[in-house]
Amino acid sequence: MTSTSTATATKPRGTVGSHLGEPQPRRWIYVVLGLGLVLVVTPFIWMLLGSFKTNGELRQNPPTWWPQAPTLGNYQELFTRLDFPQFFTNSVVVAVVVTVGNLVFCSMLGYAFAKIDFWGRTWMFRLVLATLMIPGMVTLVPLFVLVSNLGMVNTYFGLILPFLAGAFGVFLMRQFMQGIPDELIDAARVDGAGELRIFATVVMPLCKPALATLAILTFLGSWNNFLWPLVVASTEDMYTLPVALALYSVGQNSTNYGLLLAGACVVLVPVLVVFLALQRHFVQGLATTGLKT
Amino acid sequence: MSATLTSGKGVRPPGTADTAAPRVRRSSPLRRRRSIAAWGMAAPFMVLFLVFTAWPVLSSLFMSVTDIKSRDLQNPFAVDFVGLENFSTVLSDPLFQKAAFNTLYFVVVGVPLTILVALAIALALNTGITKLSGFFRVGYYMPVVTSIVAVAVVWRFLLQPENGLINEVLGWFGIQGPDWLGSTTWAMPSLIMMSVWRSLGTLVVIFLAGLQSVPKALHEASALDGANAWQRLRNITLPTLRPTMLFAGVITGIGFLQFFEEPFVMTQGGPLNSTLSVAYLIYNTFGFGNYGVAAAMSYVLFAAVVLLTVINFKVLGERDDAAGPRRRWFRRAGGAS
Repeated sequence: MTSTSTATATKPRGTVGSHLGEPQPRRWIYVVLGLGLVLVVTPFIWMLLGSFKTNGELRQNPPTWWPQAPTLGNYQELFTRLDFPQFFTNSVVVAVVVTVGNLVFCSMLGYAFAKIDFWGRTWMFRLVLATLMIPGMVTLVPLFVLVSNLGMVNTYFGLILPFLAGAFGVFLMRQFMQGIPDELIDAARVDGAGELRIFATVVMPLCKPALATLAILTFLGSWNNFLWPLVVASTEDMYTLPVALALYSVGQNSTNYGLLLAGACVVLVPVLVVFLALQRHFVQGLATTGLKT
Repeated sequence: MSATLTSGKGVRPPGTADTAAPRVRRSSPLRRRRSIAAWGMAAPFMVLFLVFTAWPVLSSLFMSVTDIKSRDLQNPFAVDFVGLENFSTVLSDPLFQKAAFNTLYFVVVGVPLTILVALAIALALNTGITKLSGFFRVGYYMPVVTSIVAVAVVWRFLLQPENGLINEVLGWFGIQGPDWLGSTTWAMPSLIMMSVWRSLGTLVVIFLAGLQSVPKALHEASALDGANAWQRLRNITLPTLRPTMLFAGVITGIGFLQFFEEPFVMTQGGPLNSTLSVAYLIYNTFGFGNYGVAAAMSYVLFAAVVLLTVINFKVLGERDDAAGPRRRWFRRAGGAS
């Protein structure tokens, strides 16, 4: 910042405007941002490299950077001795069902909130909105009591049902649908289309960007969710990936570094690959949720 | 639950509509049909929402004033009303006080630190670098999408005293790094460090979006008048960013107040409870079967979330009224809950 100020101050007046309008990229900014980026990315690279090292090498002091004798042993152990294929399947099933459910239910309610003037709209919207800020810990105990009374502890139902209707999704879809011109919907109404038909054939196709955002965020939230699956899944065959990884990392495998790093890779790498492929949607989604209204 | 009962009114059959007429402003068959359709579309979500969100929130409040324990699940009539006893037990419990202090420490240091670092990165990215801007943004955002459990596992190894990467790098500069997670002094800063690393990206993106609304003309005019970069940052950029900072403070604060996975995986709350968070203590209390006490604790945490949001508005919200819909949205969310 200081170098900027001196540069601006000493420049002849005429160039100030152009300097601000199209600032020259300064080399030190690239250097600082690059160093910061190295710090941010290093843990991932170290994790990936570490997952191919033997436990002996991981204990070595000083630590090595490149695996000296690359091995797939950690992954083999993960997929044969431990039940990671099962955990992976559980995570995928739960995340997919939760995502599809949220897409359907949230957009239906979002449409009703945004485009239909009906009795109960205001208090319903307030009720849903009011729960956005409530910490998950508040519902933990009664939700567990409820789910165990329903006999759904340690089942997919127990893992999925509490997350099938998220308040955030309703808010997101309503915000987006409010941007759709009323004329479009009124025209369809005049043509005799029912609300459900308008929703399915007129509104939904226009909502693709919002649906993509909601799908990504919901899937991610479910994939990374930890507290609830930790409480509800009581036997190994119902563990999701984060639960399995966390319990192994504090249990008898806590010193099996290679195994844990490979496990972390199994959790993180799919998400990072999807993120890098769809990063535009992520960033857009964030802007939509927080700032664009 | 009662809300589902009232829903009957909304879908009243056409024959009884005349009695409902005063409530509906313009009652026409078309309008009624639309209303029925709306209720039909709302129903699946609302049923799930009332059962799995609204009911537990209320139920939690009931539980917090009873002595319900895990064994009462089979025998609900053994539960007694105890008034505010749970709350006084919780607030006078030294372990809870310790957890509350730790959580406060985590929030008070972690949130401003995240905001500062993210703001610095956003300002740097906003200086007009075009070449690698997208690349940097994606890079800084990467940790946000990751599972806390998985990154906590990785960080536990990075922070190892003997052969962890962090102490190795510090060693290059002749610094003898501490036993990060094994020390009561350094365990919490370690968790904060990791959390800042993980939540930076969100705020960078939010600040970058906020910086777009900083008026360029104002910058140019004040530069002509001789204001230096620091003065412009303080007097133009930061005031314009105020609503954005408010938003950033609220969402980061709410997240940080609930930290749980980090100590669960990295320290199990130790050493000597120095990283035991309120959320972790609630989880443990729940695990021991003291449901009533756990519910009371969760409401204390909830109160802290509301309080933090209010403080954020007081500190950052007052002076600028140009916040727009975002701010109203939060006021409504905060006020209603």
